[in-house]
Amino acid sequence: MNENYTVIHPEDIDKQYTTLNLGPTHPATHGIFQNVLTMDGEKVIDSEQTIGYIHRAFEKIAEHRPYYQITPLTDRLNYCSSPINNIGYQLTVEKLLGIKTNKRIDYMRVIIMELARIADHLVCNSVIGVDTGALTGFVYIFQEREFIYEIYEEMCGARLTTNIGRIGGFERDFSPKVIEKIREFIKRFEKALIEFENLLLRNRIFMDRTIKVGPISAERAISYGFTGPNLRAAGVDYDVRVFSPYCSYEDFDFIIPVGTHGDTYDRFCVRQTEMWESLKIIKAALENLPEGKHLVDDPYVVLPEKEKVYSKMEALIYHFKIVMGEIDAPKGEVYHSVEGGNGELGFYLVSEGERSPFRLHFRRPCFIYYQAYPEMIRGGMLSDAIITMSSMNVIAGELDC
Amino acid sequence: MTNEEVLKKFQERFATVETTAGEPYGMLTLEVDSAYIHDAIAWFRDTMNFNFLTDLCGIHYPDKGKALGVIYHMHNLQDNFRIRLKTFVPVENPHVPTVTDLFSSANWMERETYDFFGIIFDSHPNLKRILNVDYLDYYPMRKEYPLEDPTREDKVDSYFGR
Repeated sequence: MNENYTVIHPEDIDKQYTTLNLGPTHPATHGIFQNVLTMDGEKVIDSEQTIGYIHRAFEKIAEHRPYYQITPLTDRLNYCSSPINNIGYQLTVEKLLGIKTNKRIDYMRVIIMELARIADHLVCNSVIGVDTGALTGFVYIFQEREFIYEIYEEMCGARLTTNIGRIGGFERDFSPKVIEKIREFIKRFEKALIEFENLLLRNRIFMDRTIKVGPISAERAISYGFTGPNLRAAGVDYDVRVFSPYCSYEDFDFIIPVGTHGDTYDRFCVRQTEMWESLKIIKAALENLPEGKHLVDDPYVVLPEKEKVYSKMEALIYHFKIVMGEIDAPKGEVYHSVEGGNGELGFYLVSEGERSPFRLHFRRPCFIYYQAYPEMIRGGMLSDAIITMSSMNVIAGELDC
Repeated sequence: MTNEEVLKKFQERFATVETTAGEPYGMLTLEVDSAYIHDAIAWFRDTMNFNFLTDLCGIHYPDKGKALGVIYHMHNLQDNFRIRLKTFVPVENPHVPTVTDLFSSANWMERETYDFFGIIFDSHPNLKRILNVDYLDYYPMRKEYPLEDPTREDKVDSYFGR
């Protein structure tokens, strides 16, 4: 070979990579967090994540608040499904205090939590549509989410940050109006969801854009601590509602949908099927709603009725003690988890017998599984990275806590 | 799988290691010395099939000799069994081995624990602050720090007409 001849291997060519900031305030991130992408043209080579933009020190605040004042903090974790966070926290405190709730409270909680799950999945799935270019489904389906918010409003007066329920049950019973609204929701939501499915589920463009995009294997997903729909899309049938039932979930018959590839389309389908299952659970719970009281009968933790506070000495004392946070919490540590919109939402509560927790740690599913994002988008296109992110349903409030 | 069985197997394997066991609210809780915590977690993962690290967080007991703690929640998905492991280290020398080699999910959880409690996870690939700003010079979840900075001036009464 001629000595002057040099062979140029493609890998020897000095490549120029571009650095691209995806976020912190980019509409495609659906929240405030930053990804610094290293790009080779349209291809994502690597990504570095920065989070913490809306960190509000909830764990520190919780150490300085009486137990009943922590529920509003949990609202702001995954604000797409605040009632699940509220009730999950209340269940944790009830476990610590040893309170057993009756079936009516359980069923009411199940109804509210499943409504919240539907609202959460609706946002996620319709936004996957938006990010692939289909705004129509999003606009239509948001009316149903709006209707769920009206049910919350009827129930507790708030819509987004609900602060629904109390330790030991609910602040008020289902009014006839609430029951009527839930029945109406079941009727209209079925129709709307079928319409939404017809728009996207077998849509050629949507399938081409989402199948085999951002996949993750079951082994990697477990190692990364995935839970919820994202783990189930990878083919692992782990659901807290079945593995460690709370709130009488064992009374209900529902399936856990699983995917095979763990890609964006599978995550979409799992959420879609879960909405149908949630609807089934709501129907069953509403039909079999047992008689009973909406609050447990425990004067140490449940506020007495207002008329009694004004007229009876004992009720006044209990009222005062509860409002001042003087409930006799035992020493101990308890971990309780519920199936949130995004996966296992855990509460690790350490009590030293004082009026506020000694330590309260939130296991936020988003925070744990979002660290897999660079691995999932590596080697893919930028536009695929965007829909992978929206299909993971990363909620900034839950990410940062 | 019951708490007794798991505890017995653990004590057989780690006979020389001093451990404290308890069952608060039904969950088997083991306190292991920080020198053995990595071995214990690896053993639980590989031998006992606890292949899911549910949670990792820190805790601070200012009155204890070994004040800083790391708490691991592990889950055996096959048998649906959960355990809790704890390890404590002194504030002056808060070194705990990392478990990122066993679980990818530990990466950010350990960074969060470092960020808030200043626990240093040895041989962690990227141990830096995650939720707080990089230039923060203290570990805010430690008990000696109050909820609000007492020197801040944007909340004084004069701003609110009081």
